[in-house]
Amino acid sequence: MLHIVNKSPFTTTSLESCLRVSKPGATILLIEDGVYGALDGSRVSDAVRAALADRTVCVLGVDAAARGVEGKVLDGIDVVDYDGFVDLVAANDGVQSWL
Amino acid sequence: MSEAGATKKFLYINRKAPYGTIYAWESLEVVLIGAAFEQDVSLLFMDDGVYQLIKGMDTKGIGMKNFSATYSALGDYDVNKIYVDKDALAERGLTLEDLQHLVWEDENEDWAEKDSIRLVSRDEIAGLLEEQDVIFNF
Repeated sequence: MLHIVNKSPFTTTSLESCLRVSKPGATILLIEDGVYGALDGSRVSDAVRAALADRTVCVLGVDAAARGVEGKVLDGIDVVDYDGFVDLVAANDGVQSWL
Repeated sequence: MSEAGATKKFLYINRKAPYGTIYAWESLEVVLIGAAFEQDVSLLFMDDGVYQLIKGMDTKGIGMKNFSATYSALGDYDVNKIYVDKDALAERGLTLEDLQHLVWEDENEDWAEKDSIRLVSRDEIAGLLEEQDVIFNF
């Protein structure tokens, strides 16, 4: 399953809930203000790093670049473009958007 | 509007990340309009608002206007008290080095260039709020 998070982890519990109920093998895509969850050294980066053990975490590169944080993304997180976004939707059986 | 000659202390509090919502841009617009009225203006960036000042933004890929360069013009409008919550930066894995270097020129000191950003603690923010006549929230 593809989980999409588009809110800052410091503003809502979207990322926290997503990490709590996503299964091993799932893919988590961080877009829009959700990209702040991909940054190294933050209050939530340990939880995201832990998820990388059994889930795939991706960040939409254009959203990270717009916010000036593309160079601060945690090691192990894949940076994808819009085509990659489409590929993820096509490759997964379901999509859960954590609004 | 205040009477002629009466200067009030205005504080604009910015607590939202840029681009995901319109708040950051709207705040900038209001600050620049307000600057024309020669009030004693301060800006405070806390919570996700600290993300507004990150340097090196490139919005080409998302088709939105990159308004981040406007922050560097604030000094020219005598908006030179820009407070940033240092704890909000730290919990987001950010430091002062990640932010734009915002400056202003002090006409009382032969236009010496001075830093506009002041990192503040939460105690200092509490005091800052108490000093204000008017507070705008974005």
